[in-house]
Amino acid sequence: MIEIDGITKRYDDNTVVNNVTMTIEPRTVTVIVGTSGSGKTTLLRMINRLVEPTSGTIRLDGEDNHTMPGYELRRRIGYAIQGHGLFPHRTVAQNIATVPVLLGWDRARIDAKVAELLALFQLDPTLFAARFPHELSGGQQQRVGVARALAAEPNVLLMDEPFGALDPIIRAKAQADLLDIQRLLKTTIVLVTHDMDEAFHLADKIAVMDKGELVQYGAPAELVKNPATEFVETLIGASERPFRLLSIETAGEAVEPGTADGKPLPEATSQRDALSEMLWTGRHALPVAAADGRILGRVTLEGLTRRAAKPQ
Amino acid sequence: MRAWVPPILRAVLLAVLIAFLVSPGWFSPLLKPLVQDNAPAIYNQGSLLTLTLLHLRIVAIATAGAIVVAVTLAILVTRPFGAEFLPLSRSLVNVGQTFPPVAVLALAVPALGFGEKPTLVALFLYGLLPIFENTLTGLTTLPVSVMEAARGSGMTERQRLFKVELPLAMPVILAGIRLSVVISLATATIGSTVAAKTLGEVIIAGLQSNNIAFVLQGGLIVGALAVLIYDGLSAIERVLARRAGLFS
Amino acid sequence: MSIRFDKLGVVIALLVAYGALAAPFATFRANRIVPGDAKTILEALPAGAGAALLGVMVAATVVILLKTPTFLRLAAAAASLVAIALFIGMAATHLAPPENAYARVSPASGFWILLFAFALLAADSITRLKPRPVVRVLLLLVTLGGAAVILMSGLWDGLSILKEYAGRADVFWLEAGRHVTLALGSLAASVIVGLPLGILCHRVEPLRDGVLNTLNLIQTIPSIALFGILIAPLGWIAVNVPGAAAIGIRGIGAAPAFVALFLYSLLPVVANTVVGLAGVPREANEAARGIGMTDRQRLFGIELPLAMPVILTGIRIVLVQNIGLATIAALIGGGGFGVFVFQGIGQTAMDLVLLGAVPTVVLAFAAAIVLDSLIEMNVPRRERGRTA
Repeated sequence: MIEIDGITKRYDDNTVVNNVTMTIEPRTVTVIVGTSGSGKTTLLRMINRLVEPTSGTIRLDGEDNHTMPGYELRRRIGYAIQGHGLFPHRTVAQNIATVPVLLGWDRARIDAKVAELLALFQLDPTLFAARFPHELSGGQQQRVGVARALAAEPNVLLMDEPFGALDPIIRAKAQADLLDIQRLLKTTIVLVTHDMDEAFHLADKIAVMDKGELVQYGAPAELVKNPATEFVETLIGASERPFRLLSIETAGEAVEPGTADGKPLPEATSQRDALSEMLWTGRHALPVAAADGRILGRVTLEGLTRRAAKPQ
Repeated sequence: MRAWVPPILRAVLLAVLIAFLVSPGWFSPLLKPLVQDNAPAIYNQGSLLTLTLLHLRIVAIATAGAIVVAVTLAILVTRPFGAEFLPLSRSLVNVGQTFPPVAVLALAVPALGFGEKPTLVALFLYGLLPIFENTLTGLTTLPVSVMEAARGSGMTERQRLFKVELPLAMPVILAGIRLSVVISLATATIGSTVAAKTLGEVIIAGLQSNNIAFVLQGGLIVGALAVLIYDGLSAIERVLARRAGLFS
Repeated sequence: MSIRFDKLGVVIALLVAYGALAAPFATFRANRIVPGDAKTILEALPAGAGAALLGVMVAATVVILLKTPTFLRLAAAAASLVAIALFIGMAATHLAPPENAYARVSPASGFWILLFAFALLAADSITRLKPRPVVRVLLLLVTLGGAAVILMSGLWDGLSILKEYAGRADVFWLEAGRHVTLALGSLAASVIVGLPLGILCHRVEPLRDGVLNTLNLIQTIPSIALFGILIAPLGWIAVNVPGAAAIGIRGIGAAPAFVALFLYSLLPVVANTVVGLAGVPREANEAARGIGMTDRQRLFGIELPLAMPVILTGIRIVLVQNIGLATIAALIGGGGFGVFVFQGIGQTAMDLVLLGAVPTVVLAFAAAIVLDSLIEMNVPRRERGRTA
C-alpha cells in the first residue's frame, strides 16, 4: 500500500504538486494522467524520492519513505522510464542485474533471476543475454527496461511513460504483456501517461492531475459516469464516453445465455472490441469462448448498447 | 581507400621510423642532397634514439600528470558541491587556450631554471586544457534517460560516477587525451629552446647551422611519432566506443 | 540569519591572503642580471601606501567571502586590479629612484598571485552576469584603455619590463607590426583558400577525406620544424623564379613563417567549413530546393549563413593559434614578439622575455574575446527550456 499524504512540491514560487493525498491499494495498477506540466511525473518521482517533496509524507506499507537513504529506497522500488534508459556500455544481462548487484546478491541467484526475467519477457537468454542495448529493437529495449526494474522483486513498480517511444502495434503488445506480468507477479504498479486509451486499458484506478492538483481519483467507469470537473470531461472526450465504458470490461463480463453464429470471441476481448467486431461483420450477436475453447454464451448488440449508455 | 591500406601504411611508417632511429646511417644518402659542402646529413651531436626516448618520456610524464589533474578537476566541478565553480572553470579553459606555448615555456624558466623542468610544466599546463574540456563535455552530455535510470535503480553518487558516468564518457575523455598528446609531442620540441633534451635539439641545431637535413629529420621523427600515437589511441577509442554502444 | 560563505570566495580569499601577506610583491635588483631581493607589500611601498593597499585587499576580501551581489563582486575585483596596477608602479619608483638607470624593479610572485586571484574573480562575475557580446567587447576596450592610460602616464616607467622597452621602443613597434601582419595575413590567406576548399570538400565527397587527412598530417609536424623545412623550397623559388625575390620571397625571414602559419591555419578553416555545412538541417536545404533556389542561391542564402557560427569558430581557433605560433617565427629570422622572448631566454633576462610574452598573450586574449562575441552575435538566439 502506498499512502500519499498532503504532498506538495514547490520550485521557488512555482507549485508543481499541490497538497495531494491519495492511497494506492496493493497489487493494483494505478495510472496517473494529465497534460504535460500537470505535475504527474513529479508526483511519481516523489514516491522513490528522485524528487524530494517540499512538505507532506509518503508511506510504503505504513513506513515513511524517509526512514532510509534515497538510494536504498530506490533499490526496493522498480523504476522504468520512457526511452528505457538502458546503460549502453553494459550487456542486456548486466543491465537486468543492476539492482541485484547493488544489493549484493550472490552470482548464482543473479544469473537465475536474469534467465527467469528474460524468459518471462520472451527474450531467449542464449540470444539476448550477451547483447548490447543498441543491438536490440525498440520493443526489445523497452522489455529489458521493465525487466531491469523488476529484477530485485520489488513490491512496487513505478513507470514513467514507459511505452511512449513505441509504435502503436508494439505498444499494444507491451501493454498486454505488462498486464499479464502484473497478474503473475502481483506487483503494485503506478504508471504515468498522457494517453487516455492506455489509461483506460491498464488502470484499476485512474488519478487525474491538473495544474498540480489531484482533481479526481477513482475507478475508470467512475470517471466516465461522474467526471469531477470539466477538465476530466474534456480529457475523457465527450464523444468517446460510451466506448471508454465498453473498453473497461471484457466480453466475458457481458455474456448472455444463448447461441450465435460466427467465429467465437475470446472472453478476454474488451467489450469495445466485441462491439467493433459485430458492427464490422454485420451481426447482432457473437459467441464468446473461454480460454480452453468452451463456449460460454454470447454477447449481443443490444446488451452492449445498454452497457454503453449513460447510467441512470 | 581499401580497408587494408591504412594498417599497411602504418606498419611501413613504424618500420621506417624504427630503422631510422636504430641505424640512421642507412638513410644518409637520401638526406645528403639537402646539405651544402661537407656538412653531416645525419645528426651527429647525440643519439637520435636517445633523444626520441627522452622526448617521449617528457611527453608521457606531462600527459600523465595532466590526465590526473584534469579528470579530477572535471569530476569535481560536475558534482553538486563543485557546481559553483563550473562556469568559472569553463571560462578559465577558454582563457588558458589563448596562452601561446612559447610564452608558457618562457615564463616557467624564471621559476624553474633551464632544462627539463620548465618544459614539463609547460607541457603539463598546456595538456590540461583539452583533457579537461573533453572530460567536462563527456560528463555533461550523458543521455538524460540513462542518468535517470541510474538514479532510479538506487545507485549512490559514487556508484553512478564510476559505473555509469566515467565509462560512458571514456571515449570523449580519450579523444581529449589524444589531442593533448599530439599537441605535447609538437610543443616538446620548443622545449629545446630552453635546453630540454628533446628532438627539438636536432631541429634547432639544423636552424643554427643552416642544415636542412637536421631540421627535416627532427621534424619528420616527431611527425611520425604523432601520427602513430594518434592512430593507436584512435583505435583504442573506437574499441571502447563500440563497446559502449555509441556507434551502432 | 546566519552568515553564508561563497565557496569560490573562500578560494580567492586564501589566494589573496597568501599573495598579499606571505609572498613578495616586488623584486629589487641592483642591475639587470644579479639575483633579486624580494620585498613584501610593506617593504616595497612607502609606509602609508603599503597600508592603503592592504586596506583595499582586506575590504575586497570581505566582499568576496560573503555571498554578495555579483555586481558588487565585479566592482571589488576591478577596484583591486586598479589598486595593484597603480601600486606596483609606485613600488618601482619607491625602491629604485628614477636616476638609477641600472637598478631593476619587477613584479614578484605576490603581485602575479593577486593579479590572478582578482582576474579570476572578475572572470567569474562576468560569466555570471552573462553580458551581451557588445558589452563584453566594451569591457575589453575599457580594460585595455585603462592599461594604456597608465602606460602613457609614466607610472609604470620604473618597472623593469618598461626599462627594457625604453631601450628598444623602435624595434618593439617594428616587431609588433610584423607579428600582427604575420598572424592576420596568414589568417586572411587561409580564409581565402580554405573557405572555397571547404565548400568544395562538402560538395565533392571523394575529395573530403584526402584533403582533411593531408591537412591533419601537416598539423603533426612541429612548428619549428615546419618553419625550418620551408626554408629550402622558398630559397629555391627566390633564386629560380623571376620576380619572386622582388615581392619578398626569401629562404629565411618572414616568407617561410608566413607559409607555415598559412598551412597550419588551413585545417581548422577547411574542417570547420565542412562540419558547418554538414550541420545545416536537411529540412532547410530541402525547403530551399523546394521553393526553387539555385545551387548558388542556396549556398549564399541558406548554407553559409547557417554554417557561419561554426566557420567563425574555426577562424577564432586559427587567429588565437597564429598569434601564439608567430612567436616561433623569430627562430628563423621572421621577426615578431618572439624576437624578445628568444633574446631574453638567450640572455637569461626574464624582463625581456616578458616584453615579448605579455603583448602576445594580451593580443591573443583580445582576439579571442572579440571573435567569441562575433560568433555569439551570429548564433540565432534560442529559447532553452526543460521539459517536465
